[in-house]
Amino acid sequence: MSPLPVKLSRTTPRSIDARRMHAEAARSAQNYSPSDSLTPFPFTAIVGQDAMKLAFVIAAIDPSVGGVLVFGDRGTGKSTAVRALARLLPPMRSVVDCAYHCDPAAAAALCDGCKKRAAQGPLKTTLRAAPVVDLPLGATEDRVVGALDLERALTLGEKSFEPGLLAKANRGFLYIDEANLLEDHLVDLLLDVAASGENVVEREGLSVRHPARFVLIGSGNPEEGELRPQLLDRFGLAVDVKTPTDIPTRIEVVRRRDAFERDPARFAKAWSAEEHKLRRRIATGRERLGAVAAPDEALEKAARLCVALGADGLRGELTLLRAARALASFEGEERVGDAQLRRVAPFALGHRLRRNPLDDIGSATRVVRAVEEIFGA
Amino acid sequence: MSGDGAIAAWARASHAAALFAVDPLGSGVSLRAPPGPARDAWIALLRDYLPSDAPMRRAPLSISDDRLLGGLDLAATLRAGRPIAETGLLAQADGGVLVLTMAERLGGATAARVAAALDSGEIELARDGLSARQKARIGVVALDEGHADDERPPAALLDRLAFHLDLAEVSHRGVDERPATSAQVAAARQRLPSVVAPAKAIEALVAAAARLGIDSLRAPLLALRIARASCALRCADVVDDEDLAVAAGLALAPRATCAPSIEEDEAPSEEAADEPGSAKDDADPKNDNARPRAAPALEDLVVAAARAAIPADVLARLATSARTRAPSARGGKSGAALVSARRGRPMGARRGALREGRLCLIETLRAAAPWQPLRRAQAADDAALAVRVRADDFRVTRFRERRETTAIFVVDASGSSAMQRLGEVKGAIELLLADCYARRDSVALVAFRGKSAEILLPPTRSLARAKRLLAALPGGGGTPLAHGLDAAGALAESVRRKGQTPLLILLTDGRGNIDRKGAPDRAKALDDALDAARRLRAPGLAALAIDSSAAAAARADAPTRKIAEAMNGRYLKMPFADAAALSQAVRAAAPAP
Repeated sequence: MSPLPVKLSRTTPRSIDARRMHAEAARSAQNYSPSDSLTPFPFTAIVGQDAMKLAFVIAAIDPSVGGVLVFGDRGTGKSTAVRALARLLPPMRSVVDCAYHCDPAAAAALCDGCKKRAAQGPLKTTLRAAPVVDLPLGATEDRVVGALDLERALTLGEKSFEPGLLAKANRGFLYIDEANLLEDHLVDLLLDVAASGENVVEREGLSVRHPARFVLIGSGNPEEGELRPQLLDRFGLAVDVKTPTDIPTRIEVVRRRDAFERDPARFAKAWSAEEHKLRRRIATGRERLGAVAAPDEALEKAARLCVALGADGLRGELTLLRAARALASFEGEERVGDAQLRRVAPFALGHRLRRNPLDDIGSATRVVRAVEEIFGA
Repeated sequence: MSGDGAIAAWARASHAAALFAVDPLGSGVSLRAPPGPARDAWIALLRDYLPSDAPMRRAPLSISDDRLLGGLDLAATLRAGRPIAETGLLAQADGGVLVLTMAERLGGATAARVAAALDSGEIELARDGLSARQKARIGVVALDEGHADDERPPAALLDRLAFHLDLAEVSHRGVDERPATSAQVAAARQRLPSVVAPAKAIEALVAAAARLGIDSLRAPLLALRIARASCALRCADVVDDEDLAVAAGLALAPRATCAPSIEEDEAPSEEAADEPGSAKDDADPKNDNARPRAAPALEDLVVAAARAAIPADVLARLATSARTRAPSARGGKSGAALVSARRGRPMGARRGALREGRLCLIETLRAAAPWQPLRRAQAADDAALAVRVRADDFRVTRFRERRETTAIFVVDASGSSAMQRLGEVKGAIELLLADCYARRDSVALVAFRGKSAEILLPPTRSLARAKRLLAALPGGGGTPLAHGLDAAGALAESVRRKGQTPLLILLTDGRGNIDRKGAPDRAKALDDALDAARRLRAPGLAALAIDSSAAAAARADAPTRKIAEAMNGRYLKMPFADAAALSQAVRAAAPAP
């Protein structure tokens, strides 16, 4: 290790000690709340926006639906809903002191470190909150995928891997606000990792491979720019959100938001019973998921619906079924029925339709029509 | 503006400065004014009203992410031998105000970062090997130096700024008038948490916003904050009519998209139901029947206050056009931006292999610098290299490139477009073609006559070919307007798929008389044409309709005008028999690249 050229006794006033920043970040990572200082707006207090809320609940029950895209007007509570979601996720069992909080029950998905430790004896585990990671705007690639620990390299001359946001999001949710503003190469990278469930980093002769299974949630505003069509169908579910237009709803939105801003703690407390109820339903939904049957009739109807809509590929059919099953589980049903397929069809299929330039009928309407044809009005 | 107008504008603006200073964090001001004494006076006034220890930071237009958000301070890091983070401007402005200069040219990415800080009161840093969460509770002052209507700060930012002020007409005279003392503002700040807004105040603000055609729900929320600040500044505890009137004038009036009528309120709420960015045409059913009529008096009062604050000329414009939203946000001839590896304006560097673009030497060295001691220590050879650069360090410059534009001319060659008019149209198109050619844009030509439309010229850069086709363009027959628009829409879609930006230019007298089925039915033909035009609006196509009928153009309900509105495009009258003037007009309508 080379000696340091100059010992700096004091940092400039503008600068802060990165070690302190790291320590703060580590502290906040401990409890994985989406925000330390700020109470999030309760999920159940969001007025209307049922499609968006349902899509999130479905993704919370069955993460394999493959991500949710929320596209729509400004100020409709897209970010609010994602950040509120963190409080509703059931806690998960994970390995103690693992940067990726591996699932001790899934031996195949363990990271290398946990595999080694597992070979030596039973793993120590703990219950922790499921992560909901916000991808900050302006994040650089090294912080997203992880990189060499700069501090250790500089002070100790050691090469060690410092996990990034993808590691942090393992087994949870990764949220990209304004997905259409994110640089293309970062979006491609995220979609790649989300699809493969594994993050591979090669830096400075260090090669790291770690599990990174997460549900990608993207939000955006069409006025800021269209999403690339290739990107659209990589998301399992897509919902359009609109500002409510009827006055009573609008009044209720403003009233609740105002009450929250005036006294977040009190507002959160008033809604805690509702939150608790939904949290329990999601937890139950997740437990029951495996027991929900998908009868042949449902499979056939799902297939017919996809054919009628010309939704490309098998991905649509699979997502439709998974989402319907998650919904059935959430609603306490034994099997997937027409009711569930009908409800999830617009956001499982709407974004997979080919756009016909001569057809002004929105894709949502087209889905509804096809659903009516197959299931009866 | 008259002297009285200037005085009134300053009175509003200075009152706004006091109200903003009462409750600045998470809100903001958009200040439209050229640099000058009036603007300086306003900023000095705000500085005076804010607490003396509240920071006020100025962000230049092209601020980089490491200055805005923070990042690694390379020089200090190398000196100290351990990572030293640099605090960004957003975090430095915590507890105070961030001033954005030339906000009308602010990029969407920067606006989004500022907006995120406004919303959450903190920034999350994940850059250059550092991750941290820092407090950034800020208020924003966006200095807007734009002249034209479409030169405005990004909508994502404007939506979050409570006050939209205009000082453009205020000179240096009278700007020492101030509505309150700093001590009064400070007292109001103390008082603010105890101010109560009755439920009917919220209802009135929301209902009034809807009647003014304001979609965003942030508007009534911000108006409510202003009302509270106004109440605190009056040393009162309960928000009353006066506070609501102040809030309506400052927050709602500048956002109005349609003229409010006091008695009749159907039209505005219809507008509110139609979303600006919706990619569909199926407008929501109006749910206005369910509107509670609890406090119509208060609601009317708020609407009246907002109406009084809208300048007369703007009010007149709002009244004539149903909606004044900018016709297609990114319309115009300069194509949308495209990130490119080779050409265009440089826009920063990113990690990448050398084959992906041009090497950016400075950034590459920057990336390599922190690792030098480590690499030197671990190097197998002992070559005396000054800098050890690895493939990982390579940074390539990215460029922003303008997308190519394809101008699609949709030309009415029917009998109703009299032969002489057709000649004029041809002349105008040739001039426009020359213009497109100079910019290396492509052109395409769709003509409709008889019972069908036909793509005479697929997108090309060959001016000669386009001219030849135009010269041979036969005239006469019916006017299948809907067919023409449908064909143009299909062509626009294929142009877009090729990564180019389509611009649609329709030349017609609007007298469609052939419907979609090819039957001669004038009423049905117009309906079909309007329907076809609405479909063009869905993908946010930039469009322009030129009326070649002088007689029709004089009327407010000219069919071509209706079509222009339906496709959310601009409407132009054909100047009398002057092709050059027409070409000029089109060029003026579409911003230069």
